[in-house]
Amino acid sequence: MTSPGAAPHTTDGDAYEMVVGLEVHVQLKTATKAFCSCSAAYGAPPNTNVCPICLALPGALPVLNAHAVELATRAAIALGCTVHPVSIFARKHYFYPDLPKGYQISQYDQPLATGGSLSIDEQAVRITRVHLEEDAGKSIHDRYPMATAIDLNRAGVPLIEIVSEPDIRSAAAAGQYLRALKRVMEYTGVSDVNMEEGSLRVDANVSARRRGATELGTKTEVKNLNSFSNVERALAGEYIRQCAVLAAGGRVEQQTMLWDAVHGTVRPARSKEASHDYRYFPEPDLPPLIVTAAWAAEVGRGLGELPAVRTARYATQYGLGTGDVAALIDKPRVAEYFEAVTAAHGDAKSAANWVLGEVLAALNASGGEIGDFAIGAPALAGLLDLVRDGTVSHAAAKTVFAEMVRGGEPAAAVAQRLGVTQVGDDAVLNQWIDAVLAENPTEASRYLAGERKLQGPLVGRIMKKSQGRADPTRVNQLLAARTGG
Amino acid sequence: MTASKVRAALDRAAAVGAGREGLNILVAVNPRAEDDAALSVVGRSEQELPLSGEPVAVKDNIATLDMPTTCGSRILAGYVSPFEATVVRRLRDAGAVILGKTNMDEFAMGSSTEHSAYGPTRNPVDPSRVPGGSSGGSAAAVAAGIVRMALGSETGGSVRQPASFCGVVGVKPTYGRVSRYGLVAFASSLDQVGVLGRTVDDAALALGVIAGRDPLDATSAERAVPDYRADVRRAATAAAPLAGVVVGRPREYFPVAMHGGVRDRCAVALDALVRLGATVRDVSMPHTDYAIPVYYIVAPAEASSNLARFDGVRYGARVSADALAAMYDATRSQGFGPEVTRRILLGTYVLSAGYYDAYYKRAQEVRALITQDFRRVFADGVHLLFTPTTPTPAFPLGAISDPYEMYLNDIFTATANLAGVPAISIPIGLADGLPVGGQIIAPHFGEGPMLAAAAALERALGASPLTTPPSPAAARS
Repeated sequence: MTSPGAAPHTTDGDAYEMVVGLEVHVQLKTATKAFCSCSAAYGAPPNTNVCPICLALPGALPVLNAHAVELATRAAIALGCTVHPVSIFARKHYFYPDLPKGYQISQYDQPLATGGSLSIDEQAVRITRVHLEEDAGKSIHDRYPMATAIDLNRAGVPLIEIVSEPDIRSAAAAGQYLRALKRVMEYTGVSDVNMEEGSLRVDANVSARRRGATELGTKTEVKNLNSFSNVERALAGEYIRQCAVLAAGGRVEQQTMLWDAVHGTVRPARSKEASHDYRYFPEPDLPPLIVTAAWAAEVGRGLGELPAVRTARYATQYGLGTGDVAALIDKPRVAEYFEAVTAAHGDAKSAANWVLGEVLAALNASGGEIGDFAIGAPALAGLLDLVRDGTVSHAAAKTVFAEMVRGGEPAAAVAQRLGVTQVGDDAVLNQWIDAVLAENPTEASRYLAGERKLQGPLVGRIMKKSQGRADPTRVNQLLAARTGG
Repeated sequence: MTASKVRAALDRAAAVGAGREGLNILVAVNPRAEDDAALSVVGRSEQELPLSGEPVAVKDNIATLDMPTTCGSRILAGYVSPFEATVVRRLRDAGAVILGKTNMDEFAMGSSTEHSAYGPTRNPVDPSRVPGGSSGGSAAAVAAGIVRMALGSETGGSVRQPASFCGVVGVKPTYGRVSRYGLVAFASSLDQVGVLGRTVDDAALALGVIAGRDPLDATSAERAVPDYRADVRRAATAAAPLAGVVVGRPREYFPVAMHGGVRDRCAVALDALVRLGATVRDVSMPHTDYAIPVYYIVAPAEASSNLARFDGVRYGARVSADALAAMYDATRSQGFGPEVTRRILLGTYVLSAGYYDAYYKRAQEVRALITQDFRRVFADGVHLLFTPTTPTPAFPLGAISDPYEMYLNDIFTATANLAGVPAISIPIGLADGLPVGGQIIAPHFGEGPMLAAAAALERALGASPLTTPPSPAAARS
């Protein structure tokens, strides 16, 4: 592994090992908030998606959003957790201006689900628990001088917190875990998992211990991790720091650390941020959350194919290599597109090459989503059919593709209009050969005299004369025939 | 004609001195009351409008649109809710006119209505005495003849105790019977909107209007609302309305060292119940003595949480300071009165790490035992319980300064809140010229039989012993 996780092992690499558990908050893709009917949409003007409930006006009461329960249950089942028939909401107290009620409605000692796992490479990372909670609002400290602005649009948006056991042993494995988790959330439609919009947030518990030790070392909690690569960098940095403390005979202090992405460093949070007594107690405004076995089973049946299962199927059903499979299944909509192209065209390898090559490049260039892509799966299959039967060359197909992206026309029509259908007719090909030989008398005579190395350049000129439409295999054959060989 | 009921109520309020300089009953009067009275009946029949043009007073911790909702606290001075409580909307939908907001102990924490930012309310029966609390203003509004019915709220007896002190009827419904949406929370697992009425029938009428499932309150019960007034009417007309009814007399509510007048009035009431056909049976509720300690752990714990939102950030009073923690400190220290501060501190303490198990968790376990006492006695063939509502009649203003002594006022009432069962207090006579209340407690959702028994007892004991003249609206009945 050539990753940030491998980097710290320069001096103490064999002496210590990293132990990491992750707490991941995922924003659920509901239309409305967890406990009121305000829109949960991201990006509205500040403090417009608010009501008496999420503003915590006196007398307002929460009512649980059933869709949030369904999405949380979906996530829990997809992660192999046991969904409990009864779970309890609890109030988690702290004072902060972006927390309107002075407490967050969360779950504490009786969470929605426990005991799952998520596989990365050869390893299963155990999931301790999945619970439902609400988000706080946003404090904006850098917008106005000497003042903090509060946006409560996010206050009350439903989240799940997914807590792993301390099973992760490297920064790279943490990255893999997060990417796998993100995929599961996307596959199950639980979340948009967009880190820029904060719909996936990570806190990491990290400790170092002597290799071979069974007891856990003292951990620190690293917060403010706003991208997967920052998680890996922060873990690597914090691990080095802890190893250095231990190697010098010191003791790691249990504390909260903040990742500073600008400087690439980890620094201790102010002690106040680390010393909350949250005073949890059961939320009296909400009855226990009841999830019947029958309903959970129904949710489980509606999950669809999970990424791990799809990975195995692509390898066997399509005979694709590990790299291609991983790339194809990364985004569920891309994988579905690939399957539709393959179903219509027949050749999985060629479909994979085009989807991972031209299609993703076009999407990257436009910043669009596969769902809105101008070339539908049947249309791309149509283009691939033309390439396979020799109607257009591979080179011309890329031109046709580019045109299809712009106009949305079928492949055959574009090829016709551009005049790029491949020409295999000997009579036409011979005319182009004659013309090129006539225009280049010196090379022509040397070639015909036996100078075979001139064949390549001449074929190139013939292809150019044909504007790429000549079938290069046949041109080679016909040209060679002129020398009598 | 309907506007005249509101006009009469306003005149009566002026006549008895319901304002700040007088009995200090109303902390706000609806400026639109007379307009509302005219509008409330337009195009609707009397059947649709059981409270057509009826003025109703509402405790100041229940959200209304046209007047501030301050909970008797400086921290909410001038705060006007942008939404109204479900109970208020239901009253108005039934044709009622919200006459004004009534004084209360700050955030409903108290048993005397002395702990209000507006100053104390005086008992209309004897202005040197407290009206009880925390719904003292609502009880006094009914007792003074200003309104026929008023809304209060209960957490540990805050409707029944002032009803008892003022000589009116007070009902604490089953937990979940009435929506809490718009009731400013004190202790969410105990809170319930209650009604005060001049008679049991008034209370039954108001309860029938406000009761029922509310999608905005997840703890409100999905359960049909019976016709409570039909129960009351049957009891009032039958020859032996309580035939076959077993009334339990829990010995823990009749201590040896009981106030003599209260004991005597209860004995008379129990005799009356027997004459009405009931069988009175001595029963025991062994965990009753724990009610006050349990209540004063659970209620402050939940209060410390519910009152966290009053932080000076979004609404209400803010005392500026140069740092966030200092702003919280100043706002809350100056915004809350001493009793509220005491309970927030107590509640914060019992929920804190290391103490939760010893206090809050333990209290909830004992609360379950108290509830079990009720379930057991009701399962053993007892239909209703009869007890005194309070240990004593109304005490003079300023007479109780020790908080714990004040808390003991809730000793016979807090159990019903802890168990979630319904209870009613009705006037059962006078002791030394002061009203005494008798309490009838019923099983969960047993409001119908409870109101029926109360109506029968009310009739048997004769007219309400109020010293104040009847309200001008009395001609109606």
